[in-house]
Amino acid sequence: MAVKQEELQKKSEGHANVPVTLHGRELVPNQRIPLNLDWVEEVRVNTSAVERRAATIPARRSVKKDWQAAWLLRAIACMDLTTLSGDDSAERVKRLCAKARRPLQDHLVKALGIEELHLTTGAVCVYHAFVETAVKALEGTNIPVAAVSTGFPAGLSPLAERVEEIRRSVEAGASEIDIVITRAHVFNGEWNALYDEVAAFKEACGQAHMKAILGTGDLLTLRNVARASWVAMMAGADFIKTSTGKEAVNATLPVSLVMVRAIRDYAERTGMAVGFKPAGGIKTAKQALDWMATMKDELGRPWLEPTLFRYGASSMLGDIERQLEHHVNGRYSAAYRHPIA
Amino acid sequence: MASSIVEKFYSMEYGPAPEDASEVNKWLDAHKRSFGHYIDGAWTQVSGSSFETRNPATGEVLAKIATADASDVDRAVKAARAALPGWQALTGHQRARYLYAFARQVQKHARRLAVLETLDNGKSIRESRDIDIPLVARHFYHHAGWAQLLDEEFPGYTSVGVVGQIIPWNFPLLMFAWKVAPALAAGNTVVIKPAEFTPLSALALAEIAHEIGLPKGVLNVINGDGKTGAAIVEHADIDKIAFTGSTEVGRIIRKATAKTSKKLSLELGGKSPFIVFDDADLDSAVEGLVDGIWFNQGQVCCAGSRLLVQERVAEKLYDKIRARMETLRVGSPLDKAIDIGAIVDQVQYDRIKGLVETGVKEGATCWQPEVTMPEKGLFFKPTLLTNVHPSSTVAQEEIFGPVLVSMTFRTPAEAVELANNTTYGLAACIWSENINVALDVAAQVKAGVVWVNATNLFDAACGFGGYRESGYGREGGKEGMYEYLVPVHAERKTAAKTLPEPVIDQPEGFDEERSAAVEFGIDRTVKLYIGGKQARPDSGYSYPVYDRDGQLVGEAPLGNRKDIRNAVEAARNISAKWAKTTAHGRAQILYYIAENMVQRRAEIVAKLAAFVGPEQAAIELDYGVERTFAYAAWADKFEGSVHNPPMRMVTLAMKEAIGTVGILCPDDAPLLGFLSLVLPAIAMGNAVVAVPSERCATLMSDLYQVFDTSDLPGGVVNIVAGKASELGKTLAEHDDIDAIWSFRDEAASAMVKLGSIGNLKQVWTNEGRSIDWFDTTKAEGRYFLRHATQIKNIWVPYGE
Repeated sequence: MAVKQEELQKKSEGHANVPVTLHGRELVPNQRIPLNLDWVEEVRVNTSAVERRAATIPARRSVKKDWQAAWLLRAIACMDLTTLSGDDSAERVKRLCAKARRPLQDHLVKALGIEELHLTTGAVCVYHAFVETAVKALEGTNIPVAAVSTGFPAGLSPLAERVEEIRRSVEAGASEIDIVITRAHVFNGEWNALYDEVAAFKEACGQAHMKAILGTGDLLTLRNVARASWVAMMAGADFIKTSTGKEAVNATLPVSLVMVRAIRDYAERTGMAVGFKPAGGIKTAKQALDWMATMKDELGRPWLEPTLFRYGASSMLGDIERQLEHHVNGRYSAAYRHPIA
Repeated sequence: MASSIVEKFYSMEYGPAPEDASEVNKWLDAHKRSFGHYIDGAWTQVSGSSFETRNPATGEVLAKIATADASDVDRAVKAARAALPGWQALTGHQRARYLYAFARQVQKHARRLAVLETLDNGKSIRESRDIDIPLVARHFYHHAGWAQLLDEEFPGYTSVGVVGQIIPWNFPLLMFAWKVAPALAAGNTVVIKPAEFTPLSALALAEIAHEIGLPKGVLNVINGDGKTGAAIVEHADIDKIAFTGSTEVGRIIRKATAKTSKKLSLELGGKSPFIVFDDADLDSAVEGLVDGIWFNQGQVCCAGSRLLVQERVAEKLYDKIRARMETLRVGSPLDKAIDIGAIVDQVQYDRIKGLVETGVKEGATCWQPEVTMPEKGLFFKPTLLTNVHPSSTVAQEEIFGPVLVSMTFRTPAEAVELANNTTYGLAACIWSENINVALDVAAQVKAGVVWVNATNLFDAACGFGGYRESGYGREGGKEGMYEYLVPVHAERKTAAKTLPEPVIDQPEGFDEERSAAVEFGIDRTVKLYIGGKQARPDSGYSYPVYDRDGQLVGEAPLGNRKDIRNAVEAARNISAKWAKTTAHGRAQILYYIAENMVQRRAEIVAKLAAFVGPEQAAIELDYGVERTFAYAAWADKFEGSVHNPPMRMVTLAMKEAIGTVGILCPDDAPLLGFLSLVLPAIAMGNAVVAVPSERCATLMSDLYQVFDTSDLPGGVVNIVAGKASELGKTLAEHDDIDAIWSFRDEAASAMVKLGSIGNLKQVWTNEGRSIDWFDTTKAEGRYFLRHATQIKNIWVPYGE
């Protein structure tokens, strides 16, 4: 792992790593802290006001031409290219990994003049069963393998099994673990239970980065989302993530705004940085830009690094490829012209 | 060397995202960048004097615009007058079709209009594209509906006639729509003058009017500066003036129209409080400020410019505000990723700069973010002034720029006190997650528009307009339509039968013994009635009162300005409490008044008979009892409404008491006239200072004894007799009177209008026309109640 991180840093040679700061204050990675119930109780979220703000984000921000191309490339760099279907197979996962290594065709890379970026996706995200396949398929790259774990997507199998599942995934080579929380803890206000659960998962992760999926589509209210975010962060989550992709409603801008604001307040209070991963339903290049504008305006430039921002996406890459090809040659592209994942 | 895309991949800056203005430039070129007036369905040539309109972001001249002089105004008014009968003769449906066509055309040309607006005004293209123009279309759609439903919804009302409208530069096209749509829907014809900084979009709409075949003369658009505006205001053949702009100009217009019967609506300045309680969603409140004071460069009359924050969260909120200000992008208004565009003109820029300097000089701490600023153009950094106190200039004066001033409070009561510590009363924002706190404060703030956990929400279905010196009248919704309608019977111009004022040259000394001794054999001294007590007049004089045959019937106390002062104070002291008394409670008291009048029927009729004869006296008393019953009935039935803007929220249109109302009562039906005016006022929760007909002032004693025995709290009705012209002037000028009503002759109407300009109190007069107080359809009911109330629109978004 350590080696991989160093190599990642080398990749951006000539460009100093973006220091993780918020309002001028340097932040350190998140670590578990004792549960502070006051912070959970103090949560105030006005749903209508959040929705109004979220609605203006796409309208207030627009990136064009070379800037747009650069932003879309960054979306690729921040993408957890994902397959999480019942019909996943080893071959399907290998195909996905091949795409993660080479997200763009050579002629596009050349035309954009971005060879030096050695662009790959941020990670590949699969079920535990395919971790080894993916690790093998990605040998020689710095692309981490993320495993969804803990009885994904419902997260309702016995706790011991869920914890054991994390251990096995880490053993199999996953360097990132996407866990799911027990939603009922949130409904019932069982913050201690939620905290203990997430903390146990984090402990099982060891060195692997942990993304805590809140299942926001199940939590339904934005206040629940904010409270669950706070508990997950205090329990040591490296990232908080919106959805499994299996709920009726997945990542939305209002939900993301609430989580991102929680990350901001948490950083201000603790000096620690937590990453954010919206997942599910983000399918277009335009959506990718909207989310990046949210991160940039609400949290700042450091949260546009794959260390602090990821998309959970599968079909978004195809749309980005089409937009980039249009940028290069001025013609609107077709999906079949780009290799599928 | 790294490619430019690689550089951008690392920098992750936004880069420019310009909106293309070429179509609008083509449009301007097609007009040779020169615009005349649109009068009587035709464009005039630009000859004579003209002015240039510029793009404030670049200084570039956009077009040359003809200046209308008095003769142009006159031609426009003549055209509107000539078009009026034809326009009025159309059915509501026919007018609705035109308004609908307006809406459709605005939508079809939405982007051109948005770009044009941004070029001329300097506002960001996001705002003109996403807010202004969609609201313009919505306003025409909504008012197409009112045109369609006019007969059904406004029976007994007719259009005012020719309407002169003067609009500001901050929302040029939106204000055009707010003015023109209701005027045309109600069947008026229009002469409108856009602001000289921003004439272009209105001209584009005039072009649209032409395209949709609006009959010639129905809408006339002329341009010019304040002189042109004055020519409109002073034109004798205009029936109504509608103005949006500064309070200063509002005063000038009130004064200039005082001697006329022009109907008037004013939408003026503000210094609106933005109240944040400790249990608010602070991040959302910060965004509220972005949509408030940093919307349209802060050039918004209802901008939440005065931040009032609860002490314990103040520093936390300031930190959040400052952090957010760092991410606001200032720059070319045509850039699609810009939050703050250009200030409309150098004059405004200098004014904002000057006021910020004054604020700092007076001790405020000024904070501005390190944001990238364009090299040229009129751009002003978003600014936060803390350490501001109520006594600071910047806490009192409207800055009309992107400058937020902040103060703290400890309790909800103090928040309300600070919020209302202003001469303005346009809007207020209240941020709290506790609905009890939010609605309680909403009810107490003096503002025509209150946004709960929101800011600057607008919709055609909801009335907009101010309290106090923020003006009067509403725009939008049903309440807005009344500004362009008059009762059919008010059209008939019969002069009121106000009798000449009695000569009170040598007042007699106020001698209780002597007063008591005269006539009737009733042992009673008539006094003034102030604060629920009978009071001797300050002057120490009384004057003789004669019956219709010239026989002395008694003496009345001669009130003077100090009595008015005392009466107003008494009214003020009870007004908040009386307004809070339940409508049911007020109704009970009114019923009790009726009961006591019946008890004293014989006595009152006998006294009244001396002035109006026994027959009228009996009728007046009986009608008076009935009228009292009517307003007792109305007290809990003249209700507000709930508007339905196209968002997830309710807008509560609450009918509130105005506060303190001065009433000059008529001579022709001394008892019934008095009751017809005083009763609706108090039924709606106002406290009244009434000046009765001085010819019959001895009647007062019977009235106040009725009030005294009817549990009416002291101060709700105060009666000061004397020379109506003098007392009326003092009342009209009194800054603690919120509305002045005159139902005497034309001179009295003019006098109260003129007197009202100090605090721009609401004025309602009979315009010197007689009113048949015995005709229930004309002298009782909703028309009176509407004038006794003002509408506060409280926006309450919901959702969890």
